[in-house]
Amino acid sequence: MSDHTEHHIVSPKIYFAIFGALMVFTAITVAVARFDLASVWGPLNIIVAMTVATIKATLVVLYFMHVRYSSKLTQVIVIAGLFWLLIMLVLTIADYVARTGWPTPLGQV
Amino acid sequence: MATEVIEKVESRSTYLNNGHTVKSWLLTLDHKRIGLLYLFSISIFFLIGGIYASLIRLELVTPEGDLLTPDTYNRVFTMHGVIMIFFFLIPSIPAVLGNFLLPIMLGAKDVAFPKLNLLSWYIFMLGGALMMYTLINGGIDTGWTFYPPYSSIYSNSEVTMAGVSIFITGFSSILTGLNFMVTIHTMRAPGLTWFRLPLFVWAHYATSLIQILGTPVIAITVLALALERTFQIGIFDPKLGGDPVLFQHMFWFYSHPAVYIMILPSMGVISEIIANSTRKRVFGYHFVAFSSLAIAVFGFLVWGHHMFTTSQSMYAGMVFSIISYAVAIPSAIKTFNWLATIYKGSVSFSTPMIYALAFLGLFTIGGMTGLFLSALGLDIHLHDTYFVVAHFHYVMVGGAIIGYLGGLHYWWPKMTGRLYPETLGRISAVIVFVGFNFTFMPQFILGYLGMPRRYYAYVPEFQVLHVLSSGGAFVLAVGFMLPLFYLAWSIKYGQKAPNNPWTAFGLEWQTASPPPTENFTYNPVVTTEAYEFEHVEEIRNAGKTGAIQTA
Amino acid sequence: MADSHASQYGLAHHFSSMEQQREAGTIGMWIFLLTELMFFGGMFLVYAIFRTTYPAGFEQGSHLLSVKLGGLNTIVLIVSSVTMAMAVYYSQIGEKKRLVGMLSVTLVLGLVFLVVKYFEYREKFEHHLFPAMGFYAPDAEHLALQYHQQVRVFLWIYFAMTGLHALHMIIGAGMLLVLILMAHKGRFTTSYNSPVEICGLYWHFVDIVWIFLFPLLYLTGYHLTGH
Ligand SMILES: [Cu+2]
Repeated sequence: MSDHTEHHIVSPKIYFAIFGALMVFTAITVAVARFDLASVWGPLNIIVAMTVATIKATLVVLYFMHVRYSSKLTQVIVIAGLFWLLIMLVLTIADYVARTGWPTPLGQV
Repeated sequence: MATEVIEKVESRSTYLNNGHTVKSWLLTLDHKRIGLLYLFSISIFFLIGGIYASLIRLELVTPEGDLLTPDTYNRVFTMHGVIMIFFFLIPSIPAVLGNFLLPIMLGAKDVAFPKLNLLSWYIFMLGGALMMYTLINGGIDTGWTFYPPYSSIYSNSEVTMAGVSIFITGFSSILTGLNFMVTIHTMRAPGLTWFRLPLFVWAHYATSLIQILGTPVIAITVLALALERTFQIGIFDPKLGGDPVLFQHMFWFYSHPAVYIMILPSMGVISEIIANSTRKRVFGYHFVAFSSLAIAVFGFLVWGHHMFTTSQSMYAGMVFSIISYAVAIPSAIKTFNWLATIYKGSVSFSTPMIYALAFLGLFTIGGMTGLFLSALGLDIHLHDTYFVVAHFHYVMVGGAIIGYLGGLHYWWPKMTGRLYPETLGRISAVIVFVGFNFTFMPQFILGYLGMPRRYYAYVPEFQVLHVLSSGGAFVLAVGFMLPLFYLAWSIKYGQKAPNNPWTAFGLEWQTASPPPTENFTYNPVVTTEAYEFEHVEEIRNAGKTGAIQTA
Repeated sequence: MADSHASQYGLAHHFSSMEQQREAGTIGMWIFLLTELMFFGGMFLVYAIFRTTYPAGFEQGSHLLSVKLGGLNTIVLIVSSVTMAMAVYYSQIGEKKRLVGMLSVTLVLGLVFLVVKYFEYREKFEHHLFPAMGFYAPDAEHLALQYHQQVRVFLWIYFAMTGLHALHMIIGAGMLLVLILMAHKGRFTTSYNSPVEICGLYWHFVDIVWIFLFPLLYLTGYHLTGH
């Protein structure tokens, strides 16, 4: 079988470092959400929020879930999962974006 | 567990005589027995779905709606679709032949997670039981596509229960796919590299990918639909500010790839049969293997071709249309490679090969008419007509079911240790082919002339074609019933099968028929490429000595 | 190479080696997580479409949620992820007592999360914010009917997504309970600990889902505070 699955033990120091980073990013995302950034650029709030969340998720996947030290196969599985999720989100949202008049008429208050 | 005395007639222990109690079947962890449990259950669902099909064709013999009320007719075609798709076609080849053969083809003792495998059958039966409950309560009348807002507000049938049933059944499909993927990755015999795998295994790998990635989406979709129907949550219902087209997006994200869950395993079966019946290695092995994966990937990019006539954006329609054309490429690669394999091969017209040849013709027609439908302009004319009905029956019956029947015959001696009556097999294969074409060829013409699908009455001009179709359906039913009887008969009275009745290549033919519980009495090691028929003699002998070694 | 370890502890009969069994378990869990990803992914798609269609309704709806409780739960889950990772670490170096300890802390944190969630839900029900019968959005009389509906859609998505997430937490808590019992009985060794690792993967995945749910549901209307 694959030879690169010998077990890498991640040191607790790394776990605590990641924990610190996760807390900092949580604080950042809460702090930024206090401000309405729509005046700067409409979707800026959600972009910041999603960027921070993606960074946090990546840290969890790479270190807590050991993907950084895992076999190629595990890494491929993770990337494939993201790829398929993106297929669904991007192609569907692309349809909505390409429609004339979305989202304005429905979204009017 | 085993309490019965075995040392009567059978000197050799097989998976079949390893326990005769009901409990030994219902609690079995043996992938081969689970495969047979599935075979038994889906055959029942196939019969039920078939009864609904007969009702449809009977109603359509005359232009007037005289046999069924319009409401009953709606329920009949819906139940036909739901049962055939979710309870027969999707589990057919993977859960029966795949379960039985995949571990043996890999030289493994079992699938990676035998308990999950059994659980998947129980989940399937639970979903099936709920569908039977729905059926007894009158069934549902939404069409198998469950489009809201009809399904969420107006329908007076058991939509919620049917949704729950499909939600549950989905998990059995997911567990099967998960098991197969892990098994293929981790449990191949020494020497069995990826490119020595039978193409059946490649096809099942691609199928599993779709089951794992697509099925959860239909699960969440029907869950949302059930919520919408129960609480009017306003996600799909336009009156409450929801979007019915969003439902269609999510539904087809699974349901288009689901077509490949049905057809890919069938393609795997066809590869095996054609290689064996022509005594040649499948031409372009690598292309056929990778085209399975390509179909699995591309299959996820085309779902919008079901929504050309909705409010889906024109630009999205164009993209989906073009990618739909692209998905024809890997299918064509397969078809041409099979033809090239047959070319100058020593073809034997056994029952499985007749099915395989039928597959080639029918799947080609089914696939090509799919291209008509993925053309943006033409689809406006053909959308929701009998042309669509004929198209997907050519793919699902002409492709998936024909492949399933071919495979069932091909591996029947291995599964049961008995030979089926070959002449009857050939006759019924020809009957299926003829009956099928009489049933569905007229429907292409009907659709082109403008006969809409799901109508219980029609203008008198269409009657000739409808009668032809119904007559063909009768012939087709005879063709489907025949194997049911002679296969069942052969279990008891058929001639005893040798280990390798086809002198075929592959690990499954190196073990006994029927195989012992642990599949092999020796640890198989693979030293040859796939389909090297020059080596088949020595391999056969290895199998024989293996059988003799049995304790 | 097979057969030599027929009686090796923890090895199922159909695998030929511990390594093969461990690999199968890990890959199996990852593939299961793919399924989970697409399952939640469907809900995220619904969220994305309606958030863009009804931006104002979503901000108003989000404003009804408690950032304090949501934030507290975020911290609880992140800490529980760390303790889970530590549990895996102790199972790898074979410290049984600490393994049991870390698993128990993780379980307690998971239960804390669920209790907080329960109080959040109860508060919503008491204020008629459960979007079914008797639903009544605050300031409804000032709002157009359509707008009222937008808040309702948001709350549905909130209940559906957090409900599914909570269900996964409950399943995870059950898994942890089994692990604790097994660890307590000394079932895990340095060469047989893959159940801990596999449950760890699941637990971290559930944490990741929450990492996205928190900003999408709770923080979307946070800037309305104090306006
Ligand atoms: Cu399609």
